[in-house]
This record gives sequence, structure tokens and C-alpha cells, in this order.
Amino acid sequence: MTTALIAEDEPLLAQALCNELGRAWPQLRLLEPAVDGDEAVEGALAQRPDIVFLDIRMPGRSGLEAAEAIVEEWPGDAGALPLIVFVTAYDQYALQAFERAAVDYLQKPVQPARLAACCKRLKDQVALRDAARADASIPDEATLLGRLRSLLGATTAPGESPLSILQAGVGATLHMIPIDEVIYLEAADKYVRVVTAAREAWLRTSLRELLPRLPADRFWQIHRGTVVRADAIATATRDDSGKVHLTLRERPERLVASRLHAHLFRAM
Amino acid sequence: MTVHAVTIPTSPALPVGAPRLLALTAQVAVVNVLIAGVIAMLGGAHLVNTLVYSQCIGLSIWGSIETGRRIAGGGARDWPAGWRLASLIAIGCVAGYAVGLTIADTIFGHSSWRDYLHAPRRLLGEFGPTVAFCVLVSGGFYLRAQARADRLRMAEATHAATLARLDLLQSQLEPHMLFNTLANLRALIDADPRRAQEMLDHLIAFLRATLAASRQAAHPLADEFARSADYLALMQVRMGQRLRADMTLPAELAAIMVPPLLLQPLVENAIKHGLEPQRGLGALQISAQLDGDTLVLRVADSGRGLAAAAASGAPTQSGFGFGLVHVRERLQALYGDAARLTLAPRAEGGTLAEIRLPIAPTAISAPIEP
Repeated sequence: MTTALIAEDEPLLAQALCNELGRAWPQLRLLEPAVDGDEAVEGALAQRPDIVFLDIRMPGRSGLEAAEAIVEEWPGDAGALPLIVFVTAYDQYALQAFERAAVDYLQKPVQPARLAACCKRLKDQVALRDAARADASIPDEATLLGRLRSLLGATTAPGESPLSILQAGVGATLHMIPIDEVIYLEAADKYVRVVTAAREAWLRTSLRELLPRLPADRFWQIHRGTVVRADAIATATRDDSGKVHLTLRERPERLVASRLHAHLFRAM
Repeated sequence: MTVHAVTIPTSPALPVGAPRLLALTAQVAVVNVLIAGVIAMLGGAHLVNTLVYSQCIGLSIWGSIETGRRIAGGGARDWPAGWRLASLIAIGCVAGYAVGLTIADTIFGHSSWRDYLHAPRRLLGEFGPTVAFCVLVSGGFYLRAQARADRLRMAEATHAATLARLDLLQSQLEPHMLFNTLANLRALIDADPRRAQEMLDHLIAFLRATLAASRQAAHPLADEFARSADYLALMQVRMGQRLRADMTLPAELAAIMVPPLLLQPLVENAIKHGLEPQRGLGALQISAQLDGDTLVLRVADSGRGLAAAAASGAPTQSGFGFGLVHVRERLQALYGDAARLTLAPRAEGGTLAEIRLPIAPTAISAPIEP
């Protein structure tokens, strides 16, 4: 039986979408709705639905951030990734991004005809996936990952001036770290941890804000919380779940590239 | 609701610089020819001589005044006013007459100065009419520049007022808010028609007030609270249990006249950037009180706080603080430094927005129709 999770912070709208889906697709089993982005991630990972309806603007994590987290943390043995449908009241720019990424989306108030078309598409995709599973062939995740990647890339704001030096405060002293010395950057709550060969430092900024200001050809995002300088990577090894494990030239620790970003590591 | 683009007609741009200067010179030359014609006819003087003298003196006076005007006035099209204008014309006439006469004399190998020395009355007879013409022509140019500047100022003022009104409307009728409200309304029609009707009534009141506010100079504080209450009622339906709002307006303050849309943007801001993005419950307290002859309006929320709002990149999205910038600008325009809007973190978490404005009779005006 096909299952779906709805994430919507406005209770009336969550109920309305449940009702409409009940009419348009009576066989669909609906899980208890999630009331914000964090609950959506928890719910999706715990209950592994086939379909997730994500509102874009939600308290805590946005719909896009929730989608990213679900895809990255989706267990390797949990079967195919869920099909994601974004729901939005009015997001001019996001809509353009959805169109480009060919991701399905609904606009609030949801029109019954539009919802019926969306359900038909979802049924087709679920059927296609079941057939692929019967064949024991690998489900076509590459397309889904590619779409989500382009969507996440399209919605990051264009960066301010590019950075050549990171300024990290340590007590009363400011450490000037040239970006050429940075080996990797790691998001930690509202901070970013900067790791060089010799030391580490903390920046009071979010990785999301910092990323557009780094040269994209040299700094690769390999996980939603990790950015690594490409020429600091020594080896990359893919495991069964699709994740890629990286060793570094000047640091002993290993980094993990999520499935969403694993496409960066392919032999030439 | 459709917002039409508004184009304000302004006077066509005149060529500035060399082409404009040439055009003006030609105009002055034509006037000189006319003057020479009149003098030749009346005085029976030699036409060619008169024409050359007229051109030399006319152009040189015009040149002196134009140069002086640019040095004193600054702009290429500004004229000074009052005594500055009078002295500009006086000095321009004397200097220009002297220079022009000398040039014409050089051309004809003559010395008018020696003539004047022998017959001072002649100087008066020739310089007098020149001054008269000069004042006439300068006056014409002055009035023309003045009219043009007035037109430009009017157009600019209208333009600014229209833009401000559009800004206000757009910040109030935010599409995300409207479509979410409509989606809730659509859901309620199915689930609870009576509540749907109530919600629709609040939406109607909210829209009517927003459209009226852009044309109204002031309304009673009770109305401002009522409009905020309409907005809160809409948000209450949308956010359900998550929002707990509470409004306090002392009865004796209800009739105080205030500019419209001062309080409501603060309430919207508190919900949009403080409570809505925060997980879990949120409380909102809206109050008015008197502190001497200062009216204090407060909106306190238990939201995620200023730092979090700024860190989430809110400034680039949906204009964090845009509504507040607007409130601040309007306070500045209406009250100068006597009124102010402050935002501060609260000790118990969340944000306190506070408006302080004087309620002196001069600050309170009746509604003005545009």
C-alpha cells in the first residue's frame, strides 16, 4: 500500500490536503501530518513513506531544507527515496526553480483538478518503481537526486563579494585564514568550524551564507553540513549505500559525501 | 488586486551643455537684431553699425549674466532670487556693456568712451535703454527657468508620493499572506461555514482598511487596534493553537488620533519574523499607554529574536524590516525627532517593538482627502 506524509504548519490546510487527497486517491494511506520541517524529517525517516508533501515555509527547517535532510539521511537499506511534492502559497522564485528542476509542486489553495493530475503522476512513478523492484534492477535515483540538487542550487541567494580570507575570532584575537589553507568547513548549529592543516577555528556565520562566497570550482559541498577544498582530498571510496568516504592529504580524519553529492566522485 | 505601474510625465529633457548654450546664444542674437532694428528706426542711426554694437553689447551682457549665474547659482538651470538676482543683473549689465562696447569700438576703430567723456548725457541715453532691455530679457529667461523648475518639482513630488503609496500597499498586501489566508478560507468553507464567514469578514475589513490607509492622514487609535485585531484574527485561524495574542487599549486613549498603519506593521513583523518561523507556541502582547504627553505603543513577542531573524537571511527575503523601515520613515516625516521606533531583545526571549510619539495637538491632524 502506498503511504504519504504531509508536512504543513497550518492545521486547517493540513486537514484540507488530507481530505482532498482522500477524495483524489482513496487508496493512499496518510500518516499523521508533521507540523514543521524537523518533524517532517523525523517522520519521514522513521516511517519511510513513499510520498512526502512538503510545505515550503515552515517553522524551523524549511520544506527545501527538510527535503535535503531526508534525502541525505535516508538509510541505504530503506528502499527507494520518497517522491517529494512541494506545496507553496506564493514563491515566485521557488516556482521557477521547481519548473527548471521538473519537481512536482502544488500551489495553495490547492485546486482539485491540479491535485488529481499530481496524484496520477505520483501513481505512475510508484508503479514504475514497483516494476523496477520486481526486476531487481537499481531504482533510478540519479534523476531524483539531480533534480533536488539543481533545486537546492537554484534557491541559494547569489553571493556577495567572494572571500579570499576567513576572519575567525578567538578571544580578543582575530585569526586571518587564507582560503587556500582551509581543508574543510563544517556546519555546527549557528557556527562554521574551519579546519586547516595546523588548527581549527570557528566562524559566527552559517554555512549556507558562506558557501556562495567561496570559489565553487575549488570548494565542493559534499554534504549539507560539509564543504571541502577539492585539492585537499586524497582518495574517495564509495560504499554499498551510495555514500562516498574521503581521505585527506593533510588531516587524518575521514569525511563522508552524501548520496546527494556523491556524483562529484567519478573516475575519469 | 492589481497594482498598475504608474508613469509620471516629466518635462522632456532639455539639451544641457554645448547644444543648449548655442540655442540660447542664438535666441539672444535674435533679440539683439530686433533691438538694433528698433534703435535704427527711432534714432536714424546707421543700421550696420547699430547691429554690430547691439550684438556685441547684448551678447556680452548675456555672457556676463550667464557666467555670474552659474558661478553663484551652481546649477545650469537655477536662477538666484531676490537681491542676488538684482545685483547679478546690475553687475552683468555694467560689465557686459563695458566689454561689448570696447569690442565694437575696436572693430570700428572708434572710441565711444571719449564721446561719453565729452557728452555724459549720451552715455545715459544709450546705457539706459540697454539696461531696460536687459532687465526685460533676463526677466523672461528667469520666469521660464522658474516655471520649468516648478513643473519638475511638482512631478517629482507626485512621483514620490505615488511610489510611497504603492510601497505601502505592496508591503501590506503580501501575496504569501493573501494566498495562505485564501487557502484557509477555502478549507473552512468545507469544514465550518460559519467560521469561514467570520474569517471572510475579517479579511474584508483588513483589505478595506489597508486600501483606505494609503489615503488617510490619521485615524483614532481604536481603529488602529481594530485593524490589527482583524489581521490577528486571520493569523489566529491560520496558526491555530500556536498563537496566543492579547491586546490592551485603555479606554481613555481610544480617541487619540494617530497615523494609520503604525501598529499593524509591528504586529505583522512580530508574527512573520518572530513567531511564524519558530517551532512551538508563541505569545504576542499589544498595548498602548501614556507616558506624560508621549503615546507609547508596544508589541512584545516571544519569538525567535532579532539575532535569529537576521541570521536566517531574512533581510533578503520578503523584506525583513521593510514594514518597519516604512514606519520609521513616516514617523520621521510626521514628527521629526520627536517620535521614534525601537526594536530590542527581551530578557525572557523574543523581541519588543516600541513606538513613542508626542500627542501634542499640532501633531494630530484631521483626515485629509488627497
